[in-house]
Amino acid sequence: MNGIIASPARSDFAAIARWVNTGAKVLDLGCGDGSLLQYLQQARGVKGYGVEIADDNIVACVKNGVNVIQMNLEAGLSIFESGSFDYVILSQTLQAMHNTEVIIREMLRVGRQGIVTFPNFGFWRHRWQLLQGHMPVSTELPYQWFDTPNVHLCTLEDFETFCNGHGVHILERLVMNHGQAISFLPNLLGSLAVYRFEQAIS
Amino acid sequence: MTDILSSVGIVAPQVARFSTPITLRSGAVMDSYELVYETYGTLNADKSNAILVCHALSGNHHVAGVYSENDKYSGWWDNIIGPGKPIDTERFFVIGVNNLGGCHGSTGPASIDPKTGKPFGASFPVVTVDDWVVTQARLADQLGIKRFAAIVGGSLGGMQVLQWSIAYPERLAHALVIAAAPKLTAQNIAFNDVARQAILTDPDFHGGDYYAHGVTPKRGLRLARMLGHITYLSDDVMGTKFGRILRSGAFNFSYDVEFEIESYLRYQGDKFAESFDANTYLLMTKALDYFDPTHHHEVGNLSTALKPAKANFLVVSFTTDWRFAPDRSREIVKALLDNERTVSYAEIHSKHGHDAFLMPEAHYHDLMRAYMNNVAAGVTK
Repeated sequence: MNGIIASPARSDFAAIARWVNTGAKVLDLGCGDGSLLQYLQQARGVKGYGVEIADDNIVACVKNGVNVIQMNLEAGLSIFESGSFDYVILSQTLQAMHNTEVIIREMLRVGRQGIVTFPNFGFWRHRWQLLQGHMPVSTELPYQWFDTPNVHLCTLEDFETFCNGHGVHILERLVMNHGQAISFLPNLLGSLAVYRFEQAIS
Repeated sequence: MTDILSSVGIVAPQVARFSTPITLRSGAVMDSYELVYETYGTLNADKSNAILVCHALSGNHHVAGVYSENDKYSGWWDNIIGPGKPIDTERFFVIGVNNLGGCHGSTGPASIDPKTGKPFGASFPVVTVDDWVVTQARLADQLGIKRFAAIVGGSLGGMQVLQWSIAYPERLAHALVIAAAPKLTAQNIAFNDVARQAILTDPDFHGGDYYAHGVTPKRGLRLARMLGHITYLSDDVMGTKFGRILRSGAFNFSYDVEFEIESYLRYQGDKFAESFDANTYLLMTKALDYFDPTHHHEVGNLSTALKPAKANFLVVSFTTDWRFAPDRSREIVKALLDNERTVSYAEIHSKHGHDAFLMPEAHYHDLMRAYMNNVAAGVTK
């Protein structure tokens, strides 16, 4: 450790780092270029693997010194043993998954706790654009309706209802906008949601 | 075409002699043997920048460079090894070695048995991947290399890398296992046996002692190679390259060469049968069949077998490779994950089937370059 930790590239990184114990074993699903894992390795000394499908990102992860496994998340996580991670992270990927139920179940099979971050579709700007008759386009949702990879967008309320109905116990929630925590009317004023959860005791 | 600017240039093989007897996995003992090898680049002062390249079924020690200015053919992996190439000879000292039992200069079935003064032929012992790794380690000892910065291999070469990581965990920092499998499937063994049968039933085989008869079982070796070649290509690339194209444009209603694919396979078979030793081909396919790191373990579990491994791994497979399919590489990755090893895995999109690991595909080479940069970062200048 050289003591210099780069400032997190994305506002949810710092939040996730605060929740992750030092030296934890972390699996980052849809890890992109590996910058979250790289950040967690530097800031928290975690040992981790990323899972990614895009070719360019595999090379980027190797360049960033991050272990990466190239595979399609939609096919499940059978390559990972049950309970083999402390945290399984799905950062800004949930909304692009086709099989939401399977991936949440798999996260909690493979890891002790899950962490997801996703753009809040209920953010007021998104609602306003819909009222004006258009699909929302924003910093968090930078795509046009015709080229978006996002297929399962949801609001905070929707996600929490989902968790309730699927035996997922939410441990912590952080709602943000422009890197600032939002506690007042989060489903309206927050653009980004970060959740930490575990399997509910049935 | 060899780009002379980025080639290691003219190279010459060297011979290492070993007089300490080796007991092979089969129980047979070889009192002495020779291994032919080539090196590219410069070994640094603390001998920490060495890379060993393990070859596949028909490969050898001539991995990069040419033998003369007019040499039309460069080493078999010249596109990835050289100055400024992904395996950069300006940073690494790269070693290619012809495995024991080979037919390119290392002691093999065609070599003279000092006990009889005649070629070993059928009396040459069956060698395994484990045996090869032991002899490669002895070569490393001779060269004063205690620990390789990386060991790299594709296909059967990848199996040797795996075996290295298990047998000598302290002697390699990185393991690059490319287009490999933890062991062959029944289908793979079946292909190998058809190839062997083609050779063994050739009337010119003479029970393996054909050297004395002044013949070689070319017909059998040619068939073996033709069969092998089919399995190294993808259906897709065969279709786009040859399709149903007829050489003369019309059916001849005969058994002569008519389709382009026939012409291609026969040419490949003929070329190979001229230059390769049939006994070595038999040995190499047998080494493939026998390789199974779980063999020593009661449970037969790859995760248990890979427990001793300490290296950092890069595992690479190719989407259209059906001889050593991506699923087989994933088995290796899973076993490494189970052991919490440092591992990255890439599945390269390629239409070239098993042969893809030899192709200069841009993304594949970008990945190799990026990984080798990390290897270099751990090496003293």
